Amino acid sequence: MAPFTLLGRFLLELVQEIGGLGILIWRTTQLLPRTFANARAVFQQMDRIGIGSIPLVCVTSLFVGAVTAIQAAYQFHGYVPYKFIGTVVGKSVTLELGPVLTALVVGGRVSASIAAEIGTMKVTEQVDALEMIAIDPVEYLVLPRVVAATIMLPALTIFSDFLAIFGAAVVANISIGVSFHTFETGLKLLFRQQDLVGGLMKTFAFGYIIALMGCYHGFETRGGAEGVGVATMKAVVASCLLILISNYLLASLIFRIIFAPSS
Amino acid sequence: MERGTGKHIVRLSGVAKAFERKPVLTGVDLDIARGETLVVIGRSGCGKSVLLKHITGLIAPDAGEIFFEEEDITRFSRKKLFQMRMHFGMLFQGGALFDSLTVGENVALPLRRHTTLGEDEICRRVCGRLELVGLTDVYNRYPAEMSGGMKKRVGLARAVVMDPAIVLYDEPTTGLDPIMADVINGLIRDLQRELKITSVVVTHDMKSAYRVADRIAMLYEGKIVHSGTPEEVRETANPVLRQFVEGSAQGPITPV
Repeated sequence: MAPFTLLGRFLLELVQEIGGLGILIWRTTQLLPRTFANARAVFQQMDRIGIGSIPLVCVTSLFVGAVTAIQAAYQFHGYVPYKFIGTVVGKSVTLELGPVLTALVVGGRVSASIAAEIGTMKVTEQVDALEMIAIDPVEYLVLPRVVAATIMLPALTIFSDFLAIFGAAVVANISIGVSFHTFETGLKLLFRQQDLVGGLMKTFAFGYIIALMGCYHGFETRGGAEGVGVATMKAVVASCLLILISNYLLASLIFRIIFAPSS
Repeated sequence: MERGTGKHIVRLSGVAKAFERKPVLTGVDLDIARGETLVVIGRSGCGKSVLLKHITGLIAPDAGEIFFEEEDITRFSRKKLFQMRMHFGMLFQGGALFDSLTVGENVALPLRRHTTLGEDEICRRVCGRLELVGLTDVYNRYPAEMSGGMKKRVGLARAVVMDPAIVLYDEPTTGLDPIMADVINGLIRDLQRELKITSVVVTHDMKSAYRVADRIAMLYEGKIVHSGTPEEVRETANPVLRQFVEGSAQGPITPV
């Protein structure tokens, strides 16, 4: 096929994708005032997305914290006193590791489950059935998931930050021989509230991205079981990529503009 | 939107639709009279379901007009479409029950979302509709625990729970054993008689078509090629219709 045809087709698909996503975002935003009318569904989704992800977040955070302590000790050895392990763990967990890794693991779990659920509803005509009984699928399916994920991701991240620091403290104590007191002193040494707040601000966007990607690719499902598989894969890939890209953009915004270091 | 009194409840004029440049409908003209049962026949994949989805505004046509109560629905806003659909009921091919809800919740959903009725009244109406389709003691069961025929009957109960003016049936007998198919056909007739509704059935099952139809229309190559009473269809000289009705491999329609 001629390269221009391929390029044209690619651009056409890209425009279509952005347009479709834009329409979904617009319609969800318009429906935000209906959140309270759908409170029950929102709580249900908060339970599934948030509470349901706790075991996964627990394991991820504890081990991420643990490995951060080990790596810090390895790099500090001979150059930097170990009392700074707490400092570097606290900074890296609250600024990046907690928010991003929580978003990535929860994103995988949640966007896949949303895409598979809505995708199956789409191919079995349940989405059309909703339309036919005059229920807006965006209000019934998208709104509760997007609101719930946007609220729950920051909550999960706070939980994850604490667990990761706890994991690091335990490992620093047991295998590196840094006492809890020394670890805590290091942690408090350069801790700034804006690190925690800045890290959490990003997670609202991550939660929104996760639910939106799941819903969008769910609605775009074509065909049968294979289509649901493709949609699920696309949702996970898209949410992970968008989390990483938006993380960079948001970090630039938050830490270079909003909380810009005073010179 | 008030229920009208005109002769035709739905009119389609020059409706055309293509998917990825492949034409499916190429100019459908079809009038649906108030209170009649119209059966649209045609081969699998000829665009019958697509036609039904045009009538309900689930798919927008590339060209042509679709009127419901003399209003062009292709110009409707989403809000107006939803208002219009309150007068519609639709039975989907696989039932399309919401599998996260019980049978009772499925049938009650339209009432819960669109009326201010109390729980007792909703329960009474839901049970009434379930009885109408011959189901009792299924209120708390989940769709996954039911057979295809039962799912379709629940789908039918859900389609008529809001007292629609018009009910659309997408392949109501496909995938059912002959006895269950006859039960569904009987229900389509009974519902039309008892609730005075207009029915549009798309099917390729000729036995079902003869059993329920006041009028039969054939969709072929994206157009309505013939429309008439079941008797006229039986006696037809139209070669396309004749071949389809007789189920013959020989004729103008090439088996693909």
